[in-house]
Amino acid sequence: MVTMTYGEAAKNALHEEMQRDPTVWALGEDLRRGGVFGQYKGLPEIYGPDRISDAPISEAAIMGVAVGAALSGTRPVVEMRFADFALCAVDELVNQAAKARYMFGGQAKVPIVVREPMGMWRSSAAQHSQSLESWYTHIPGLVVVCPSSPVDNYGLLKSAIRCDDPVVYMEHKNLWALEGEVDNNDPLPLGRCRFLRKGTDITLVSWSATVHETMAAAKTLNDAGASVEVIDLRTLWPWDKERVFDSVKKTGRLIVAHESVQAGGFGAEIAATVSDVCFRDLRAPVKRLGAPRVPIAYAPPLEDTVRVTAAMIAETARKLMKM
Amino acid sequence: MTADPRTPGAARNLDLDRLLAHHKLMWRIRAFEEAALRANTEKLVLGAIHPSIGQEGIAVGVCSNLRTDDILASTHRGHGHTLAKGANPTAMMRELLGREGGTSHGKGGSMHIADFSVGMLGANGVVAANIHITAGAAHAIKLRGEDRVACSIFGDGAINRGPFLEGLNWAKVFELPALFVCEDNGYASTTRTADMTAGPGPAARAQAIGLPAVEVDGNDVVALDEAVRDAVAAIRAGGGPRFINAKTYRLTGHTAADPDGYRARDDVAAAWKRCPITRLAQTLADAGVRGDQLAAHERDAIEEMDAVYDDAKAAPWPPLSRAFADVQDVGDPRNGAY
Repeated sequence: MVTMTYGEAAKNALHEEMQRDPTVWALGEDLRRGGVFGQYKGLPEIYGPDRISDAPISEAAIMGVAVGAALSGTRPVVEMRFADFALCAVDELVNQAAKARYMFGGQAKVPIVVREPMGMWRSSAAQHSQSLESWYTHIPGLVVVCPSSPVDNYGLLKSAIRCDDPVVYMEHKNLWALEGEVDNNDPLPLGRCRFLRKGTDITLVSWSATVHETMAAAKTLNDAGASVEVIDLRTLWPWDKERVFDSVKKTGRLIVAHESVQAGGFGAEIAATVSDVCFRDLRAPVKRLGAPRVPIAYAPPLEDTVRVTAAMIAETARKLMKM
Repeated sequence: MTADPRTPGAARNLDLDRLLAHHKLMWRIRAFEEAALRANTEKLVLGAIHPSIGQEGIAVGVCSNLRTDDILASTHRGHGHTLAKGANPTAMMRELLGREGGTSHGKGGSMHIADFSVGMLGANGVVAANIHITAGAAHAIKLRGEDRVACSIFGDGAINRGPFLEGLNWAKVFELPALFVCEDNGYASTTRTADMTAGPGPAARAQAIGLPAVEVDGNDVVALDEAVRDAVAAIRAGGGPRFINAKTYRLTGHTAADPDGYRARDDVAAAWKRCPITRLAQTLADAGVRGDQLAAHERDAIEEMDAVYDDAKAAPWPPLSRAFADVQDVGDPRNGAY
């Protein structure tokens, strides 16, 4: 059992996968200095510029080159710096990476991991703060992963690198320094959620940084006498439907909480599916908590107004439970 | 006596066997596309077909200098490139008709024609997207220390999209084994490229990025063959990326359905006189090749592609389960995860 940060966990995972498989390499801007958030620190010295490869500020080329290199027998790990910048490479990700296997009839797969640091990061404003995970869940061909803890960032990144599909891997910028225990060396399965609390009165589903707000809300609710189940979805596509259904069938209540915009968000997909499948088990309407449909502001108080907080989650839960 | 290496004809030291093979392959491409157009007319092909009739010299001049294990990434106008890279025309025609046994099991069609078994990594429906993919394939080749070459063929419309700058810059920065060939037919879809392009054009832009770039008459397969041979040799020797701008003319509309109203009929008629097949036939005739030998190439190609066409017409549709295959492993729709 080792304690490490979310950033170190990812670095260790990449390091071990690069040791294990000589076809794994990373490319992106500022990798030579260890990445914008230090998540590659030390790796350039070990693997040299060919395998931890600095790139021009040229996101479309980084992504497109990764696709060509994946089709030609390597496993690139693509660093996009900020999820927002991946929008410069949407053709390469959506039209090329996600489509190549299908439209060429399975002649090749595209084993790339696209790391897109996501979410609000103090006073970074509208172009460095987005949570666009729902977009990618809409695209057939992509796997979408949003880890919330060091142990998950370690195990899920390993699986993402070993996966033959293009994986959009979204680490949260506010979590890089988060410390936690990493208790084994194995990859964690993609598509499986994690139960962070077991309970019988209400199910709270979340992912990425909002998991921590959700856990804080659960503690408050627990102190007030409610039995709360908390699920960290971890992988958004495919999402662990059956285990969410089982939980809702037990509790009869569901709140999905996420940092991204609520309208058209992935919370809507979960709410609709659960309402459909678990209708007879529900004791209250399914609730979604996400950001209002506004860009993220610069000034801290303005930025904070769009955050989904533990207090909001707890308040919504109280209403559902008539506490 | 020194012959001008860019002037075909009797004064040159011609490799007749090679040029006869070129002539034969150009006819096969022409006949394949004539059959594809027929399939379009007969509504056996419902999606778009982008014919490369008149541009066969480029497919042949480029691909005859590539090995099977070299990589090619092509454009939406890619039938000729794919055939020239060595793909099986029967599987290709089945793909155009969306039939089982097609190169991509009927899931890609004409615009995404691909045969990875001969290094042809696909035609692309997005203009210029193949440039990045080529740079990536070349990057992988370099990482793995192989002596292969990655090549992309794209149209002149592609030079106004970002991937042209980004992909060429990438290839040069990393000194990758990449050959970029601009199939410069003067039109970007139905718009004259010159009207939408600032500056002197493709080769100058490549040179500005530091790639050695040459301009060649793409309808002169003899000249193009030489230029590509030199470029590929330099690339394989570790010389970094090269660029060739091959001037040509598309003798049909942009797609099979395009009435081509934007070009003067006189210009198109004049272009037919510069047809690369006719031109090579003249070179061969001048060098003493008998007319019936050349005529046999045409006849054999038409016979071959007629048979290919009949085969595709008779081929079954893919089983419907194919619609759900090859999406992804994790979250595969067949596992109920949708």
